[in-house]
Amino acid sequence: MKLYVDIKKRFGEFNLDVKIDLKKGITALLGASGSGKSMTLKCIAGLEKPDSGQIIVDDTVLFDSKKSINLPPQKRKIGMLFQNYALFPNMTVKENIAIVIKDKKQRDNIVKDILKKFCIEDLETHYPYQLSGGQSQRVAIARIIASSPEIIMLDEPFSALDSYLKWKLEQEILKYLKDFDKTTIFVSHNRDEVYRVCDDIAVISNGKLTGTIDKWELYSNPKTYSEALLTGCKNISEAEIISDKECFALDWGLKFENLSENQENIKWIGIRANKFLNSISDNEEDYYSFEYDIIYKMEDTFSYIYMIKPKGIEVKSLIRWEISRNNGDFLFSNKLYINKSDVLLLT
Amino acid sequence: MDYTPLFISIKTAGVATIISLILGILFAWNIIKIKSYLKNIFDCILTLPMVMPPTVLGYFLLKIFGVNGFIGEFFLEFFDKRIVFSWEATVISAVVVSLPLMYRTLRSTFEQLNKNLIYSAKTLGIKNTKIFFRIVIPNSFGGLISGIILSFARALGEFGATMMLAGNIPGKTQTISTAVYSAMSAGNEDLAYKWVAVNLIISFTVIFMMNFILYKQNQNRQVI
Repeated sequence: MKLYVDIKKRFGEFNLDVKIDLKKGITALLGASGSGKSMTLKCIAGLEKPDSGQIIVDDTVLFDSKKSINLPPQKRKIGMLFQNYALFPNMTVKENIAIVIKDKKQRDNIVKDILKKFCIEDLETHYPYQLSGGQSQRVAIARIIASSPEIIMLDEPFSALDSYLKWKLEQEILKYLKDFDKTTIFVSHNRDEVYRVCDDIAVISNGKLTGTIDKWELYSNPKTYSEALLTGCKNISEAEIISDKECFALDWGLKFENLSENQENIKWIGIRANKFLNSISDNEEDYYSFEYDIIYKMEDTFSYIYMIKPKGIEVKSLIRWEISRNNGDFLFSNKLYINKSDVLLLT
Repeated sequence: MDYTPLFISIKTAGVATIISLILGILFAWNIIKIKSYLKNIFDCILTLPMVMPPTVLGYFLLKIFGVNGFIGEFFLEFFDKRIVFSWEATVISAVVVSLPLMYRTLRSTFEQLNKNLIYSAKTLGIKNTKIFFRIVIPNSFGGLISGIILSFARALGEFGATMMLAGNIPGKTQTISTAVYSAMSAGNEDLAYKWVAVNLIISFTVIFMMNFILYKQNQNRQVI
């Protein structure tokens, strides 16, 4: 199972430019609101027409602007799970599933099997408004599986749920997707969700998507501003390159020296809020350090958040520093340390 | 009292509503899909009869369906049928004034329909005609009922264009509204009063029914 997408679409000021090559398994599409995630899915599903490019599943061409091929969504075999599940309100659970099965003779049997497989036999005469969120999701997935797709796309399935329910539904969906065992695209703007569910991640920002990255690599070493932001980096400053190995963080008034990486295109510097240390035991050469003033302090569920700035320097934006509550309310020194490898150089 | 105006009115309004329903669904469903400025133009043409004076409408209808109008002439030549001053003319006038109400009601109903329902139906492989009849129409039930009842009530009350195109021939084209006019001009206030009462009762019942059906509908299905 392979999905190859290389499409361009322009609407108004927005340019969608997506290039991606997917194999079996779950791939996440991570992007902020308005970055073009949903439009990408709609183009793949055939609900929107790209201006140019190709969409190919295995050897079947779904879309090719040069050959004027544009299969209707009905022929693409791409299942899509919508945020509110889009169950047909005028039909019972059973009818919702039956309507997607084309084989009239086998319809009853297939519906029965599906209802059984997804443990929704008891709900077959219920209407969608009588179902809970979890039941709706199960019916929606059952309906997609009944349509025997080659690819499943999930469009932010959990973003409207509270966190407890989200966790439960996430576990359930993962179980079904493992059974499905073909290509799945999971769209989200939630970094934790994406980290738990997927192995490979494609980051889309301002309509541009260039490929997938291994999730561990993405979270530990983001390369661009939007990657850092989407993976939850709270401190990002504009950077000015001073010399070959020196860089100045304009927002914080801090200078970073002896940078190891090639920094030609560096435009931003990022530091994760939990990477600041108040004391160190090993070699000081591996760290940057600065004296700090605390501007204000907040309590979060499991951590303390200090909004700080370097001592005696006017800053454009404060730096966010988080420490786990287990470490107590005790600050060891008036200096903060950052391991050099924890300074993210971003383009 | 001669009740033929009542029967003619109900028959006319009934047939006109059915025609408006079919045309309204057709126009509303196709116009919302247009993406260019043509959408606005079609919308204007379909809505105009609602805001134009009845006499202007009647003038246009006579130009089109009159003996020298292109459709009127066509019918006269091929079917030997004169449309002006016939019962069919009352239906035509009623359709023209009730279609805008039907079209506008259905258009907003279709536009409010959750797009994801149609999107998901498509990705699930359901054919477009099936999507329309099994998903779009059943989930637009409230709008259809409103459209039907508003159109029926409007068709029933049609006066101006009917007068000009169909005339006011007792037993043939005389409807309740034109009967009131005749009775008043003949100085027969008692008769006029009776027809006014009949008209009020029908209109009230129709609108009451609409509210009742929509209320029941909302009770049965909270979420769409």
